Amino acid sequence: MSALTFQQALRATHFDLMAEDPRVFIIGEDVGVLGGAFGVTEGLLKRFGPERVRDAPISETAIIGAAIGAALVGMRPICEMQFVDFLFVALDQLLHQAALAHYASGGANALPLVIRANYGVGPGSGPQDSGTLYGALLQFPGLTVLIPSSPAEAACLLRQAVRDPNPVLFLEPRELYRTIDLVPKLPALPMTSARVLRRGDHLTCVAAGSMVRKALAAADRLEAESIAVEVIDLRCVMPLDAATIIDSAARTGRVLVLDEAPRGGGMAAEVVALVAEGASPHRPLARRLTAAPTPVAYAPHLAATTLPDAAAIEAAMRELAREPRP
Amino acid sequence: MNAQAERPPNTQANSDVELLGRMLLVRRLDERLLALQKQKLVPGHTSPYVGQEAIAVGVAAELSPGDVVASHHRPTGHALAAGLDPRRLLAELMGREGGYCRGKAGKHQVSSLEHGFLGANGVVGGGIPIAVGAALGLRLRGTDRVAVAYFGDGASNTGAFHEALNLAAVWDLPLLFVCENNGYAFSTRQQDHQRIRDIAERGAGYGMPGQVVNGNDIDAVRAAARPAVARARAGDGPTLLDMKTHRWYGQYDADDSLAYRTQLEIDSYKAHCPIETCRARLAARAELSAEAFETLAGEIQATIERAVEWATASPASPLSERDWHVYADSDVR
Repeated sequence: MSALTFQQALRATHFDLMAEDPRVFIIGEDVGVLGGAFGVTEGLLKRFGPERVRDAPISETAIIGAAIGAALVGMRPICEMQFVDFLFVALDQLLHQAALAHYASGGANALPLVIRANYGVGPGSGPQDSGTLYGALLQFPGLTVLIPSSPAEAACLLRQAVRDPNPVLFLEPRELYRTIDLVPKLPALPMTSARVLRRGDHLTCVAAGSMVRKALAAADRLEAESIAVEVIDLRCVMPLDAATIIDSAARTGRVLVLDEAPRGGGMAAEVVALVAEGASPHRPLARRLTAAPTPVAYAPHLAATTLPDAAAIEAAMRELAREPRP
Repeated sequence: MNAQAERPPNTQANSDVELLGRMLLVRRLDERLLALQKQKLVPGHTSPYVGQEAIAVGVAAELSPGDVVASHHRPTGHALAAGLDPRRLLAELMGREGGYCRGKAGKHQVSSLEHGFLGANGVVGGGIPIAVGAALGLRLRGTDRVAVAYFGDGASNTGAFHEALNLAAVWDLPLLFVCENNGYAFSTRQQDHQRIRDIAERGAGYGMPGQVVNGNDIDAVRAAARPAVARARAGDGPTLLDMKTHRWYGQYDADDSLAYRTQLEIDSYKAHCPIETCRARLAARAELSAEAFETLAGEIQATIERAVEWATASPASPLSERDWHVYADSDVR
């Protein structure tokens, strides 16, 4: 078992997927000669050639449209968006063309399409390149949005995304690119299921992406105070695995959602709503800890305060664990 | 309800008389749809292709099985020319279970991949990049098949159009960009929505040939499409064809179009009727007598009436249908 960074795990999985299936190919800006702005596709051009690793012009609409068309005639494209922010240039193709293709064909057409994009705050990226935009994409049935939380999950979910016959947005937390873990064999799980990473009876912490590590770390620290935190890694934020969330909420009676996206609407709000509606008659307490409801500033000292830090997460867990139930 | 494949008459054959029949089929179906819509049997609107029939039928005559087309919000011509069964097409536009998409798509998204019909599109310009991708996919699969993107003069101002042309050109994709230039983006005259008259000129900006074509003359359409298809199939890249034509009806059924053009102008289109032009030419060449034309028209009307009967008998889907097909099933989800 080798230690791989998140980025290396993704890269290795691309090599495997392309070697295994001639239908898999890559389109994106700077994915070939450069190997991707963050190195994820490095070496693929040399190995698989320019027909299957395609450097595209700066044309997000055409890139996603091209992937849709190729998928409709039997290919399995993977597109890379250099930043998730740029995906929003091409929302028509993503939401009105790709996400509706299966439904609007009465189930006749499948669209095996993966769009990879990184997201996250900083470093020094400024307001236009620091969006954590998945909250806006939870309103489009037909679209699947995955967020891996570790190198192992990245490998596992990318493999599933490419195999799935639906359009999948695969979001990579930029903050995790250099994180390392052993790539163990994760227990098999459908890609749309949440994974319970840690069991606990006092509090459920629901998280996704880079917040999962922070949740686990805080849970470790709170163990010394005899607070047992259950940590759920969502893995898939659209559609949400309501059953796993509600089961846990009904058992612990307390739910804290960690969300890297700005407060208001979005994933955290939806999880809280699911708990409020679904876990009755237990009426669990549900709280959310999110990014600030602001854009992300360029200046590092301002950007640094956008996301809740370790202390804030720990404090929110402690406070919720001690809050009296009504 | 199971549809035995009833193709429009002579879909795979391309004699001039047969192509005339196919244009007539498109027109009669559109006219019948207008009547059905008035009877409230078409739940949405209908956007007749009337006046533009030579383009869909003429281009399709130069294609081969396995080639694919992406249509727009006025899809009846492209769909019938691709060989879709008028019964199931009609059922789709009527929102019935027997439609190609079980009544979930309607005119804006009807598709049938088995016919290479990638789909209509409710977003102007939205289908153009998808046709580019299909061309790419067909090439990556090692075939020599080609794709066609149909769009109007209005769509030639969308970002999707420009990105798609550039991408297709730089990758030498096997593609025809067919602009059905009817001079109007809904209500806005071409002279008020772009500074050029010939959209063909835009090809030069992307390093591809652009050609102006009389889109009301099926012979001219075929003569332009033939070398473009050959060029695409040979791997030499895409072509932009600027087909001048007229939209006889409004943007959709409820638009009489008199807010932005005169009855005099609309009446003038009839002098360029693609069907009458073709019929008169065949008659002059003694290839189609008046009686033979009447027989052909009668057969087509009968096909349409059978289609109406079939589609009307097709049931509404069960209410549970609403929740089906949001996601395709798979072993990983």
